[in-house]
Amino acid sequence: MPDLLLDIKGLETQFKTPEGVVHAVNGVSFGLKEGETLGVVGESGCGKSVTMLSVLGLIPSPPGKVVAGEALFSGQDLLKMTNEEIRHVRGAQIGMIFQDPMTSLNPVLTIGRQLEEPLMLHIGMTKHQAQERAAELLSLVGIPNAKERLNDYPHQYSGGMRQRVMIAMALSCSPQILIADEPTTALDVTIQAQIMELVKRLREELGMSIIWITHDLGVVAGIAHRVAVMYGGYIIEEASVNDLFANPSHPYTLGLLGSLPRVDEVEHGRLFSIEGQPPVLYQKPTACPFAPRCKWVMDRCWKENPMLESISNEHRVACWVDTKTGRSR
Amino acid sequence: MTQITPSGNNELLGAAVSIRKISRLERVLGPENFRVVQGMFKTPASITGFTLIFFFILIAIAAPILAPPVNPNDPYKIPRDGFKSQPREMGSEWTKNAPEIPFWYKAVTGKDEWVHLFGTAQGQYDIYYGVIWGTRTAFRTGLIVVLSTLLLGVLVGAISAYYGGLVDNILMRIVDVLMVLPSLMATLILAAVLTPVIGRSTLPVMISLVAFGWLGYARIIRGDILSVKERDYVLAARVIGNKDSRILFRHIIPNAVFPTLVLASLAIGDVVLSFAALSFLGIGVDVGYADWGQVLAFARNWITNLDTYWFIIVWPGLALVLYVMGFNLLGDALRDVLDPRMRGKI
Repeated sequence: MPDLLLDIKGLETQFKTPEGVVHAVNGVSFGLKEGETLGVVGESGCGKSVTMLSVLGLIPSPPGKVVAGEALFSGQDLLKMTNEEIRHVRGAQIGMIFQDPMTSLNPVLTIGRQLEEPLMLHIGMTKHQAQERAAELLSLVGIPNAKERLNDYPHQYSGGMRQRVMIAMALSCSPQILIADEPTTALDVTIQAQIMELVKRLREELGMSIIWITHDLGVVAGIAHRVAVMYGGYIIEEASVNDLFANPSHPYTLGLLGSLPRVDEVEHGRLFSIEGQPPVLYQKPTACPFAPRCKWVMDRCWKENPMLESISNEHRVACWVDTKTGRSR
Repeated sequence: MTQITPSGNNELLGAAVSIRKISRLERVLGPENFRVVQGMFKTPASITGFTLIFFFILIAIAAPILAPPVNPNDPYKIPRDGFKSQPREMGSEWTKNAPEIPFWYKAVTGKDEWVHLFGTAQGQYDIYYGVIWGTRTAFRTGLIVVLSTLLLGVLVGAISAYYGGLVDNILMRIVDVLMVLPSLMATLILAAVLTPVIGRSTLPVMISLVAFGWLGYARIIRGDILSVKERDYVLAARVIGNKDSRILFRHIIPNAVFPTLVLASLAIGDVVLSFAALSFLGIGVDVGYADWGQVLAFARNWITNLDTYWFIIVWPGLALVLYVMGFNLLGDALRDVLDPRMRGKI
């Protein structure tokens, strides 16, 4: 498929720890089209962030290592690039924002200097040009009095404003892809809504693709075109956002959706939760990693790990069970 | 009726909520460092420390006025009044080589001729001159040594922590090995070896003090960098596409260096102490160089007659004690301010 902007195939990342090798990402494949927003959902430790950091070559090594796979970005494999080459991709062509805006800005540098950094680095602007552009960027992300606020330090900004600054920084060199790693998790709900509105607006204006990592299905419903659900270092279901919410097929996805509080529910019973803990994989699993927590579990689930297979157009699931009928596929 | 609006000048609001003025210093330093700096000027100990150091700075600056050099090209050479070995008492007349009389002299002492204000040491070296110009030596060696050790220590510690793995292991094992040596002993031996090579000056001792002084800094900054480099803003800086060196020097070190700076401020006093100790043992500078340790060394042969010749040891000793005390008080105050358990008490 040549129209894919980012094409990740069979990505595997492992971490060496004193307890053994942790298989954090186990053969993840997905594609990102131009202008598309892909939501990546999963609980903590399922490999969402590690996948993205692997793509950008930001896995701390040692102990981490990308052991297999390729990540084609406009025809070039990001995983095979030298440090120097990938440096020019980071920030310039792929921007990234993080979960906690309170800690993502350097406390000893002014906002202005941090915003100017990528501009001077990648576009080769002079100090003066960069200052002008930084002020423009700040007002683009909705910070009033941008010119004066450039001289402020991060502690003079609120959490929402800092996340806006992070977004401005990530977008400063007009990247083709923005990777947002749980950008709204640390913010309260109103600010969360504002940030999502902001990203949606910027997406329209700048026409970039977005990978939006979150564990909040509500957020995904609001922003993504397509969703990939991750569990134990695998993508276990992938579908368009409408299809996923209308027709969830993996037991884990069902569980996730079931554990959302609903406004339209008449009876206010206990909130549903999936029993058990996500696995820490010290070996490459031979069984389905979700089997211990699954209520549809069959014999086959303990013997073979299911692969992603299409069940309808652009809807792929990795499960031996058809959750509609409760029988084997 | 006055209304409070979200924008505009709200006098009512201003009266209700007094907004704390953020000074320029606070903006530059950030709230945390500003608190530290502010705390430094609050405790009696730190104020005493600052006063002492300020006093010594004044002496160092005014040295040419307080004790005009006999030979302006070589002001660090203590002038001699003859060559007799017997020290002379305080207030005894200056017969040979007397320096010019500065303007304050007559008003303060009421005498027309130079006398040896603090007496002379063995070989007729003027103690007063040695103490005054020794202040300059103390500051010079202290600052140069501390800055160089700081630079070296921070560089090694930073590289070690940032790259980790094998680099870290090799560098830190070198530090471990060097730390095993008793530092004054090691410094002494290195200085003794270097002195004939470089020649007698402050240089050999300074080099040896640096050579064995950076170890502590390297360890401290390594620890701080290990914690700072995992922070999100460092990852953010990498995501932007910064070079390693830029991340290290611009994003990591400025956030990690503060505790090391505290240690360094304490060490200025210690360096002078070690320098004086080596000088006392006759290593490094020439005999008669204006340095407190040198002047103290003159008392060595008269140690049994100190009831008579107490002035040889008291004046340079007092200068040394007060100087080191000044820096130690500052260091103590800094430690108190930085101690989270002392929050709100200072």
